Amino acid sequence: MAVDRIVAPIIKDAIDFDIQLKPYQKFALDNGVEVYAFEGGSQEVLLVDMVFDAGNTYEEKNWVAAATNFLLKNGTSTKTSFEITDAFEFYGAHLNRTCTNETATVTLHCLTKHFEEVIPLMGEIVSQATFPEKEIAILKQNQIQRLLLNLKKGDFIANRLIDEYLFGFEHPYGKYSVEQDYKNINREDLMAFYDKYYKQGKCVIFIAGKFPSNIEALLNKHIGQLALNKKEIKEQIHPIVSATQKKYSIVNDAASVQGSIRLARHFPNRHHPDFPAAQVLNNIFGGFFGSRLMSNIREDKGYTYGIHSYLQNYKHAGAWMVSTDAGKDVCKATIEEVYKEMKKLRETLVEPDELKLVKNYMLGALLGDLDGPFQIISRWKSYLLNDLTADYFYNTIQVVREVQPEQILALANTYLKEEDFYELVVY
Amino acid sequence: MIQFEKFQLDNGLKVLVHQDTSTPMAVVNVLYNVGAKDEDPTKTGFAHLFEHLMFGGSINIPVYDEPLQRAGGENNAYTTNDLTNYYCQIPAENIETAFWLESDRMLSLAFSKKSLEVQRKVVCEEFKEHYINKPYGDAWHKMRSLAYTKHPYRWMTIGASLSHVEDATMQDVKDFFFQFYRPNNAILVVTGNVQTDQVKQLAEKWFGPIEAGTAYVRSLPKEPVQEKSRTMDVRADVPLDMLMMTWHMGGRFDEGYHATDLITEVLGGGTSARLYEQLIKVKQIFSSIDCYHFGTVDPGLLVIEGKLVKGISMTVAEKAVLDEIEKIKNEILDAKEVQKVINKTESVICFEDMSIMNRAHSLAFYELLGDADLMNKELSLYQKVTPSMIQQTAKQIFQDTNRNTLYYYSKS
Repeated sequence: MAVDRIVAPIIKDAIDFDIQLKPYQKFALDNGVEVYAFEGGSQEVLLVDMVFDAGNTYEEKNWVAAATNFLLKNGTSTKTSFEITDAFEFYGAHLNRTCTNETATVTLHCLTKHFEEVIPLMGEIVSQATFPEKEIAILKQNQIQRLLLNLKKGDFIANRLIDEYLFGFEHPYGKYSVEQDYKNINREDLMAFYDKYYKQGKCVIFIAGKFPSNIEALLNKHIGQLALNKKEIKEQIHPIVSATQKKYSIVNDAASVQGSIRLARHFPNRHHPDFPAAQVLNNIFGGFFGSRLMSNIREDKGYTYGIHSYLQNYKHAGAWMVSTDAGKDVCKATIEEVYKEMKKLRETLVEPDELKLVKNYMLGALLGDLDGPFQIISRWKSYLLNDLTADYFYNTIQVVREVQPEQILALANTYLKEEDFYELVVY
Repeated sequence: MIQFEKFQLDNGLKVLVHQDTSTPMAVVNVLYNVGAKDEDPTKTGFAHLFEHLMFGGSINIPVYDEPLQRAGGENNAYTTNDLTNYYCQIPAENIETAFWLESDRMLSLAFSKKSLEVQRKVVCEEFKEHYINKPYGDAWHKMRSLAYTKHPYRWMTIGASLSHVEDATMQDVKDFFFQFYRPNNAILVVTGNVQTDQVKQLAEKWFGPIEAGTAYVRSLPKEPVQEKSRTMDVRADVPLDMLMMTWHMGGRFDEGYHATDLITEVLGGGTSARLYEQLIKVKQIFSSIDCYHFGTVDPGLLVIEGKLVKGISMTVAEKAVLDEIEKIKNEILDAKEVQKVINKTESVICFEDMSIMNRAHSLAFYELLGDADLMNKELSLYQKVTPSMIQQTAKQIFQDTNRNTLYYYSKS
């Protein structure tokens, strides 16, 4: 008998899955630094994430936080920049640095069997970095060149400006660096920032993967004796100053064949009760490949290679953002279509079938996102750093399962209003 | 060590299964043995256009994405010069949905006029976004046509020209599909929380009835040995001068392949690599520099490209790179440096193999090369590379007659 290809195979709805966020283990080092650990995985590898309260919210001069973070591994009291990277790379280990708004991170990826060789170095760079003048000069020079290059790109300009309109240039979420900022930095700035926010800073550690049996002792030996978590680091609160003008059109490159479009409005952070249901609305709107924005603007009209909406969830504030690059002649039409889709969501109840699809998609994707030790610790990290608990996880799942078309419509009427959105096109 | 089982259906479809019960998910990966290199030179960009059309509905299922999303799955695809790969990740309990969807689009596409019209536009926007509206976006387009005279690697997967995609007709699309998208020209890999018997039964049920096509016998023009150094000057509205050099290297089956890969690591892998240390840090001639290759099946290119520090001349920059090249040709590496790049490779392999998705991609790729188990032998092949093999290979590749250089000048 021929197989029936018209009727879909029976599925188990993802909304019926029992999705669990596996718990972490926790211990403290001698100096009080807390370590959140998730052990598991099929490969003999692990990651160590040292998270410091050293994001750009703490800097007094633009770019100090990022430059300090970047140069951590470019020289210590016993090793040159080359010796440090060479030592990590000899063992096939990777040391990455990232600086965000509130936190700055030093991340080590390595083979389990080489952990013992590389962890001392990690301890060294967070306690004995020297910020050599020559390294600073090279970074400045290359950073200025990179900026020159980025300033040629419409999407880069658009990303900076839309954040500035939302939060204001004085706010860590809205500010960005200009050439003069790079020039203004000196070694004293970096040393002072390093002393306060790394050497004697506030740190928390996340580890995941396959652990060597003596991992606790090793962490204690190389990190647990450092002068961390002794002084209080006061959280910085900056006022949000949003732009009054709502619509912008900027020509960055007259020869450009596309425009970078950004539409954005303010949105609360994850502590707000609307957040979980708004994620469902966002997915319907523009949050995944099958969303209305994608279906209409890419798959029906072919105006763009991709269009996405997302909830930007910073610690203290957020934004609802629509982002796309579209053909120059269809930018206006693209924006009109985005507003039409908002209007539809405000006026017409979402069909139960579409809503169910989105719910299944979201929970299926969530199940996939929790697959593996690095993914699990990364989710815990995101929660713990934002003062969220497992309750947030289970509450979100429950809301996604239960949310009704009427609530979606009400949320659209609260949040997807054309007049609330900043609108920017950079050509 | 990645364990797997392998069987073949009567229609020629190869099926590989790798079980991992620690995950609730499964990955279904279908690799078609067709890439941009198989395109007609007057109709380039087809393999990639196809990647888009494959989501525009199949003979019995109007849209691909919707039922997959309903089953909690996600999918994507990519096209290279050598192959086209489709994959979806889905909760293992719903795996049959992926078989249903993948088999129907192998059976036949819907060939909807609307889908072709829209995807032509989407691909044109993709072309603009990545290759026109981006500084240096045309560099690879120019380099490929400089370095290759005969072999179809001379064009990029997006196509040699926008017009080829714009002019694609429905007949072209159908011909391409029935030539290449046949079970005997594909490899199905299933990884994750599955069992071989279950996969066998599902593969027979959904893919078994699809008829085999005429076997595709690939006969691509060979790239003649380059006999003279080639150069090209470009002036464009970019902020910085860029230097890009390529040398022809062996393909995936070449005995020097692993040594070549390690050469790119020695020169360009990370911030302790030679080019970064010498040319960015010590001499401060470049603000960024990379050395890499694409791991292509047929003979490929070893690439060095970097942006010059403002005020440095192209001549000085070129000489500085060539000095490093001379060093690797003339001075044998010490054992520690070789050990470092081998250790790095081991680490890359371990991290890559963490996800069932990557394991599926690798199994499919190595099976395309002839045997999925090559995946498990890779590391030992790197471990056999000696300092003298690296030197010999460097001497073979880094000859001036084998070099192509793109001088990409800033107009300002």
